[in-house]
Amino acid sequence: MKYIDEFRCGELAAGLAAAMRRDANPEREYRFMEFCGGHTHAISRYGIADLLPPNVQMIHGPGCPVCVLPIGRIDQAIRLAREQGAILATYADTLRVPASQRLTLLRAKAQGADIRMVYSTSDALSIARANPDREVVFLAIGFETTTPPTAVAVLTAAALDLRNFSILCNHVLTPAAMHAILSAPQGVPLDGFVGPAHVSTVIGSAPYEPFADDYGKPVVIAGFEPLDVMRAVHMLIAQVNDGRAVVENEFTRAVTRAGNLRAQALVAEVFELRESFEWRGLGTIPASALRLRAPFARFDAERRFTVPYKAVADNKACACGEILRGEKRPQDCKIFGTVCTPENPIGSCMVSSEGACAAHYTFGRFREAAA
Amino acid sequence: MNAQYSRPLDVKHGHVDLSHGSGGRAMAQLIEELFARELTNDFLAQGDDGARLADPRGRLVMATDAHVVSPLFFPGGDIGCLSVHGTINDVAVMGAKPLYLAASFILEEGYPLAELARIVASMARAARAARVPVVTGDTKVVERGKADGVFITTTGVGVLREGIDCSGARARPGDAILLSGSIGEHGMAIMSLRENLAFDAPIVSDTAALHELIGALLDAVPQLRTMRDPTRGGVATTLNEIARQSGVGMLIDEAAIRVQPPVEAACELLGLDPLYVANEGKLIVICPPEHADAALAALHAHPLGRAASLLGYVHADARHFVQMQTRLGGRRIVDWLSGEQLPRIC
Amino acid sequence: MCLAIPAVVVELRDGDNAVVDLDGVRKEISLALVDDIAVGDYVIIHVGFALQRLNVDEAERTLALFRQLGAEALSAASTAGARP
Repeated sequence: MKYIDEFRCGELAAGLAAAMRRDANPEREYRFMEFCGGHTHAISRYGIADLLPPNVQMIHGPGCPVCVLPIGRIDQAIRLAREQGAILATYADTLRVPASQRLTLLRAKAQGADIRMVYSTSDALSIARANPDREVVFLAIGFETTTPPTAVAVLTAAALDLRNFSILCNHVLTPAAMHAILSAPQGVPLDGFVGPAHVSTVIGSAPYEPFADDYGKPVVIAGFEPLDVMRAVHMLIAQVNDGRAVVENEFTRAVTRAGNLRAQALVAEVFELRESFEWRGLGTIPASALRLRAPFARFDAERRFTVPYKAVADNKACACGEILRGEKRPQDCKIFGTVCTPENPIGSCMVSSEGACAAHYTFGRFREAAA
Repeated sequence: MNAQYSRPLDVKHGHVDLSHGSGGRAMAQLIEELFARELTNDFLAQGDDGARLADPRGRLVMATDAHVVSPLFFPGGDIGCLSVHGTINDVAVMGAKPLYLAASFILEEGYPLAELARIVASMARAARAARVPVVTGDTKVVERGKADGVFITTTGVGVLREGIDCSGARARPGDAILLSGSIGEHGMAIMSLRENLAFDAPIVSDTAALHELIGALLDAVPQLRTMRDPTRGGVATTLNEIARQSGVGMLIDEAAIRVQPPVEAACELLGLDPLYVANEGKLIVICPPEHADAALAALHAHPLGRAASLLGYVHADARHFVQMQTRLGGRRIVDWLSGEQLPRIC
Repeated sequence: MCLAIPAVVVELRDGDNAVVDLDGVRKEISLALVDDIAVGDYVIIHVGFALQRLNVDEAERTLALFRQLGAEALSAASTAGARP
């Protein structure tokens, strides 16, 4: 696959590994957070930890929109399907997230709720058009990569004057989450960030500049493939060695400083900032999430239906919060791999395949077992 | 047409109805005018409830499988030939020569007879090509909504080859692990229909009867430890099953896994891992390392094994992990599948 | 956190739609988020939408850089009699 396979080449990986070994200062540790769950997945799935110098550690960040979705928001989605008889259209990623009363969207579906998996917002719109007598609610999740497609869907619904379509909006913002991590009082010591790949194609590299400036932490935006991640770590090592803290872009083939202005404009037209939003594991963060603007209120499931949000506390034994903030590793959680497994996930870090716990369990747990 | 029927079965436009399962005249007509048109052999021609089989002269092996695939027709096959191949393979991987099949059908009220005729014709073709007859069968009809069109259960019986001892519990540290060909085709052929992906050339299911390939393999290497076909859950699940059953670990090489480009691309688009995608015409073989070359040669010599490769080796591991050397040079485990593999956007 | 992959545009369709091809797999996607895409361009696809055109020159430059960095590091390691 063009422009994919070349960035997975073992030979080039060996070369980058050698470059990192040469440049990493053996007298110090380097701790970098890869913010994006897709990078967490790539690191685990390709065994990149084996190729990094031993004094370079990757801390997994909260960039997994499923992982940060509070239980109460899934409860709302389930109630919309069960109590309002709505067809709930969702990306498959959310289907197994544990909610209240031992339910998941998948279990609710098995019990008769009309919950349907879609690949794209256009599928959700098609369902709405094909079922004019039913309410169709699209469970909108994701960071800035996934928000523009939802914006297009809402604009399309408005243009078609669809009367039975709405979204349950859970779109969240990357810079706000990075800020929460960096300003946390018990914050984990970090030397830099590997910035998200596809979020950055939309928002550009400019939004990360305050982090480099205000916190003195370098940010290198990395493409999605393993060689991209390795090169980004290499660039971070160089910045740390030089005492620099700027935003650099490894993913030049898809990311510019300004980003995708058309996508940004569409999002700005349709969405506005919520005052605050609860994030699983990170608590309530101001100006961190979006809701529909007033002209589109009729497409907002929260204004269209009575389905108030009720916060639900995480299971006491679940360490997802600390893991999402990078304070603990999956293997530090008391119930990791015993009570909490991909078959029986207690917290959302274990549900999403890019959640730190799922990634570690599925690809990497052989490392501790050997130790 | 038998004079007791008032008119011929309308195979072209008719539908299954409850009377076809009631045991009466309508059912007899369905069997005579639809099933027996295609599935004919001396056993079925007897018209008895069971089949008298020849003395097997050897240890018997039996296997059974229910087939509930949806959609019923897919590029490369249908539920009919799938059910024949699947059970033949289950018998053959035990090291037995498949001899006979039994087939029972559960039909949903309202299912078009024309499609049922296609399925039965496909089964008959598959059975003839494999030289394993369907010797007895049964048909029931359930109310609309209680079956997905057609469910088929096939049971197969075979005779174990002398001197062969193949089992999932026999893998030993040092053994070679072989894979007979490229992976992920059946599962992605089905998934692509469901996910509305279109193709230049469709991904075709690899459904196939493997008993002749297995026969050639056993001729060359009777010392084989294990054979298994990686169906649901893919190669990953099968390797984990064997690792657990034998109490060993495994290390495989990602570079040795072959995936056809459109299968890889379809997986990439949906966020799926080919290692967990179902196959219906592939074999995993575990054999003592000194026989790996002979086993590979036997596989390569057969049309169904041309792309066979040496995947890796078994080693001692109390945790029974299946590990993989990734194409990047790092290592990861290839874990059990948890739940159904779903497409992802994140 | 966002699964997106590059694919080549093989056909433009009405209403901002297009067909992309990835090794023989074709999918209809939306170009509503991007401008000026032509047949033959590579775009990055996420949930059925093109997010950005892939800059193929930059892609080649990046790969060339990887090759160069690797060659330098590996030759330095071997001439230095290498730390492992």
